[in-house]
Amino acid sequence: MSIWEYANPKRFMQTSAWALPWAMALTLLCLVVGLVWGFFFTPDDYRQGSTVKIIYLHVPSAMMAINAWVMMLVASLIWIVRRHHVSALAAKAAAPVGLTFTLIALVTGALWGQPMWGTWWAWDPRLTAFLILTLFYFGYIALWAAVENPDTAADLTAILCLVGSVFAVLSRYAVNFWNQGLHQGASLSLDKEENVADVFWLPLLVCIAGFILLFVTMVLVRTRTEIRSRRLQALLARERVA
Amino acid sequence: MMPELGKYAVAVLGSYGATALLIAALVGHSLWQAARVKRALTEVEARQGKSDG
Repeated sequence: MSIWEYANPKRFMQTSAWALPWAMALTLLCLVVGLVWGFFFTPDDYRQGSTVKIIYLHVPSAMMAINAWVMMLVASLIWIVRRHHVSALAAKAAAPVGLTFTLIALVTGALWGQPMWGTWWAWDPRLTAFLILTLFYFGYIALWAAVENPDTAADLTAILCLVGSVFAVLSRYAVNFWNQGLHQGASLSLDKEENVADVFWLPLLVCIAGFILLFVTMVLVRTRTEIRSRRLQALLARERVA
Repeated sequence: MMPELGKYAVAVLGSYGATALLIAALVGHSLWQAARVKRALTEVEARQGKSDG
């Protein structure tokens, strides 16, 4: 079986209808377990106090804000190369989900930064790249809404997605590139010295799984809506012609 | 049961509250839009005598 079979809208609708209840249940399970574990059953950090509990929201949402854009990039490239409509619609469906994660990361980052850095915001390389990525999300959604022809909209937004990918990469690696600013490096690392302590790491992993599953679930729901909407527009157009 | 958040209570609870609001808005809007489009499609298909895939 080839992965391209899912480019068939009917096949995608059948498979996603089967997968959605599982994805929803797993999302709920991981988010509840991870957040309850992190909020109620982990100690305060010796330097950051109880603000360390924000890590269970900030790190997964920031990760998914960047990964959502990467997923949109892959879907956009598939659209550009193979002209599969489902991939263009999946990219369109993922944008509001990615934007929500971006806003969560910005808000929780500001609320965490104020007591730790003494400021809500700093023009730090990572924060600035992340803010530009947020603007790209708004621009991407606006462009889809502004262009009437869906194929033209898919083409233009795919190009915008390619350009925005620079800032998605910068958001992730700006700390390593410039080695300056207030924001610290990666919270999760294979290097045990750099990684967060085990007591925070395990619930954080569950929360990350929960945010990944939330992304998958929401993209499935929204892509199904986009496919139905496209079919609805086609049927209405046929009705108008007849 | 509630952990002692001390002087950072506003920052921590504010983060959880804002996240809950944003996720609720995303999920609510997605499900509302899904139901609205599905209903409209069902009506048009019934009118034209077609079935959804």
